[in-house]
Amino acid sequence: MEFVSAPSLSHYLVLGAVLFAISVAGIFLNRKNVIILLMAIELMLLAVNMNFIAFSSFMGDMAGQVFVFFILTVAAAESAIGLAILVLLFRNVGSIDVEDMGRLKG
Amino acid sequence: MTFPTALFYFFAAILVFAALRVVTARNPVHAVLWLVLAFFTAAAHWLMLRAEFLAIVLVLVYVGAVMVLFLFVVMMLDINFQNLRKEFRSYIPVGATVGVLVLVEMTLALVGGRLGMPAGGTAGPAPGGSNTKALGALVYTEFVYPFEIAAVILLVAIIAAIALTHRKRRKTKYQDPNEQVKVRPRDRLRILNIPSEKRESQE
Repeated sequence: MEFVSAPSLSHYLVLGAVLFAISVAGIFLNRKNVIILLMAIELMLLAVNMNFIAFSSFMGDMAGQVFVFFILTVAAAESAIGLAILVLLFRNVGSIDVEDMGRLKG
Repeated sequence: MTFPTALFYFFAAILVFAALRVVTARNPVHAVLWLVLAFFTAAAHWLMLRAEFLAIVLVLVYVGAVMVLFLFVVMMLDINFQNLRKEFRSYIPVGATVGVLVLVEMTLALVGGRLGMPAGGTAGPAPGGSNTKALGALVYTEFVYPFEIAAVILLVAIIAAIALTHRKRRKTKYQDPNEQVKVRPRDRLRILNIPSEKRESQE
């Protein structure tokens, strides 16, 4: 007896929404820690990718998956630069606490 | 419950738990490893949605390169995690509220409007043969300009990462042609007029 329906589009969209909500909450929880912030951004991108691929698969349109291809590329480039900035900050400031990085303050 | 459904819920549970552990981990290395698990389970989901090329690309590129990069950076920087987590407890109410709000808003759009989407059954067959073929047929014809822009973005990322973190070694000897060409004779040679002394001849 099937009391749970087969995974439909809504299932995947809810999954994407849950991942996105977790990453937003994670940004609020870890506001001092730059590395966890970067990881929360990766989680957000994963949630968005999940949405795109779910739509593309259920609607039969391949454009969603092409877009995921490009999102993966840009996310990789953004992580590389973000981590380079982090390493540089750590070299100059000595910690990754967001509050120690107020050097541009007047 | 059919097997695809059970599989979906199994992977979804692991994915959500791994995502939760990423944002609540005490140790940054643990957080990165939970994120790796999250990406693997997402790849499993995409395999079930018949996007096998993107699932493998996720594992190879994202996990294999980007997460390894994260691990390098986390292990290289000697981070004192203790005082970063001092105020963690005080942020839990705000964080949980915002998370629940975002979730409710996003799912309201799904449930409230009763989307007229094809709801039954698993995902349809991949159009145009295998996923790789279908993606290739689109990326190299209709989306070739964004493809080249993506390549340029990657190039910019390479140059930016190197330019940001490159350190000059001060002790190496090198030639600077600019400096060589700007040299004037008096920087290299100084002529002194010293009167010659008469040496007393010895007999």
